[in-house]
Amino acid sequence: MAMTFAKKEEGVYALDVTGYVCPHPQIYTKKALEKLHGGDVLEVTFDNPSSSESVSAMCDSNGNEILEKIADSGKFTFKIKKAQ
Amino acid sequence: MEIIIPRRNVIWAYVIVGFFALVSVVTLAIHEYYIYLSAYLWFGFIYGMCLQYGRFCFASAFRDLFAVGVPRMVVGIMIATFLFAITSALVAATGWSTFHAAPVSIHSAIAGLIFGVGMVFAGGCASGSLYKTGEGNGVSLLVILSISVTQSLFVDWGGILNKFVPAAWHESALQKGLPDVINVGDGWVDQYLAGYVWNQPVKTYAQSMGMKDDTLIGALLGNTFVGVLIPALIILAIVYVFWVRKNYVKKLQAEDNRSITFKDHLNGFWGMIMASKRTSIAGLLLGIACGLQMFVIEGLRMKFGVKNAGTLLTRLGHDYGISANGTVFDPGYWYVTTQEAQWVGWTLHKLGMNNMDNIYFGWVNGIPSPAINPADWMSVALIGGAAVMALLHGEFKFKAPTRELAFWAILGGFFMGIGSRLALGCNVGAFFVRTANGDMSGWLFGLGMIGGAYIGVKIFNWYTERKMAKEMAGFDFDL
Repeated sequence: MAMTFAKKEEGVYALDVTGYVCPHPQIYTKKALEKLHGGDVLEVTFDNPSSSESVSAMCDSNGNEILEKIADSGKFTFKIKKAQ
Repeated sequence: MEIIIPRRNVIWAYVIVGFFALVSVVTLAIHEYYIYLSAYLWFGFIYGMCLQYGRFCFASAFRDLFAVGVPRMVVGIMIATFLFAITSALVAATGWSTFHAAPVSIHSAIAGLIFGVGMVFAGGCASGSLYKTGEGNGVSLLVILSISVTQSLFVDWGGILNKFVPAAWHESALQKGLPDVINVGDGWVDQYLAGYVWNQPVKTYAQSMGMKDDTLIGALLGNTFVGVLIPALIILAIVYVFWVRKNYVKKLQAEDNRSITFKDHLNGFWGMIMASKRTSIAGLLLGIACGLQMFVIEGLRMKFGVKNAGTLLTRLGHDYGISANGTVFDPGYWYVTTQEAQWVGWTLHKLGMNNMDNIYFGWVNGIPSPAINPADWMSVALIGGAAVMALLHGEFKFKAPTRELAFWAILGGFFMGIGSRLALGCNVGAFFVRTANGDMSGWLFGLGMIGGAYIGVKIFNWYTERKMAKEMAGFDFDL
C-alpha cells in the first residue's frame, strides 16, 4: 500500500501511511503538517506502534493539538489540528 | 485511548509463553547443562517485552531527533545505559562479570557510521528489528534476514575482496599463528580482524585512570561516572539546548509571560527526561536485566566449571559447528547480530558451503545447530517476548512488506550487516553493552551511529519530500 494524501472536506485532510514502518509515518506526518494551513485538521492513519510515540511527542513539542487518538487492532488514527 | 484486546490475543500469548516454558522443561529434563540455554532464553524474553513496551529502538534515538525533533529515545537510551552501567559496575566488582572490552580505534567510528545509515534505512536497529518482528512486522523480518545473510557472506568472502586488503594487514594476520584450517590469508574480514583489529589497544575508562575494572571504585568512578554519566549528561544537555529549549520557553511564556530563569531550564531539562514514562521504565528494566544476565551466566559458568558454552555442548555430545578453539558464540550478555549470522552460516554450511574456514565462525563463534545454540534462543525469545507484549496490548498485526519497503529493508540490513562485522557488534553489542561497561570503543561506535543517522535522515528527507510533493501537487499548499 502506498502513502496517500487526500482532502476529506474543507480544512480536513487524510494521510494514510498504513503498512509503513519507522520513520516513514512520522516523517510524512511532519511534512504534511508543515504544508497545511493553521487550523487545518490532519487525520493520519498508521499501523506502526512505535510511530504513535514519535507523532505524539512531535505534536506536543510543535504545539499541534491531537484532537483524538483511535487505536483498533494495531491500527492507529490520530486527528491533529495544526497550530495557528 | 481505549483498546479492546481480543481473547485470541491472550490465548496466543499463553501459547508463546507455554512454548518457551516447554523448551526449558524438556531440555532441563535431558540434562542440567541446558539451564544455560534457558538462562539466555528467558533474559531474551524479558528484553523483548521491555523493548516492545518502551518502543525502545536505538535507531529512533538520533533518527527521530534529526528527522522530527523528538528526543524521546535519546533520553531512553541514556537512562538505560546509565542504569546498565550501575548494575554492570556492581557485577564487575564481584568479579563475576562476563564482559570483555573490544579493541578501540577509528574502525569503531567508521563501522558505527555505516551501521547508522543502515538502521535509518531499515527503520530500526538490530534489536529494534527483532522486537518489531515480534509485532508481526514483515519489513523488520526482512531486515533481520538481510543482516544475517550479509554478515554470513561478508565474514567468509575472499576472492576479489582480497585485493582491498592492505599488505600490512595480510602480513600481520599471517603472523598470528592461527591454524591452517582457518586460512587467515584469504578473506577480507579475516585479515581485517587478525591483521588490524587485534593489534589495536583495549581500553576502559577505569584502566585509563589507573584503576581496575573489577574493583568498585574503578567500575563506579571510572567506568560509570566518567565513562557513562558525564558523556550522557553532555549529550542530553546538547539535545535540550538545540531541540527542546525553544518550544519549552515558548510554552512557558505563553502560560506566564515572564523572563526565564536557570531553574526553569532545569525544570525543562527534567521534563525532557521524564517525558516518556514508558521509555524510561523500559530503560530502567533493561538496565537491570542486562546486568543481572552477566551475573547469572558467569555464575553458571562457575557452577559447571566452563569458560564457554562450547565446552558444555561438547560434553553433551554436540560437536557439529564447534569452532577449532572449542568455542561457540557465548557473550554472557545481551547481543544480537552474531547469532543472526550463525543462522545463515549454519544453513549454508549444511548446504555444502564451507563456512568454518574463517575466523568468525571457524575460530571464534562456531555454527552450532540453532536448536541448541544458547545465544540463538535469546533472540528467538526476544521476538516471543515482544509478541506477547504486543498481543496483550492489541498491537500485534501481520504486515507484509511492500516492494518499496522491502528495498529499504534489504539495503538497510546490508549496511547494518557490514557495520556490525566491522565493529564486532551492533547497537547492542558494540554500543550499549560496551559503553555501559566503560569500554572506550562504545562511545566511538555511538558517535559513528549518530553521524550515520544524520546522513540516513538527509537521504530519507530527500526521498519522502519528492513523494510528498507528488501526492500534494493538486492542493493549494506552498510546496
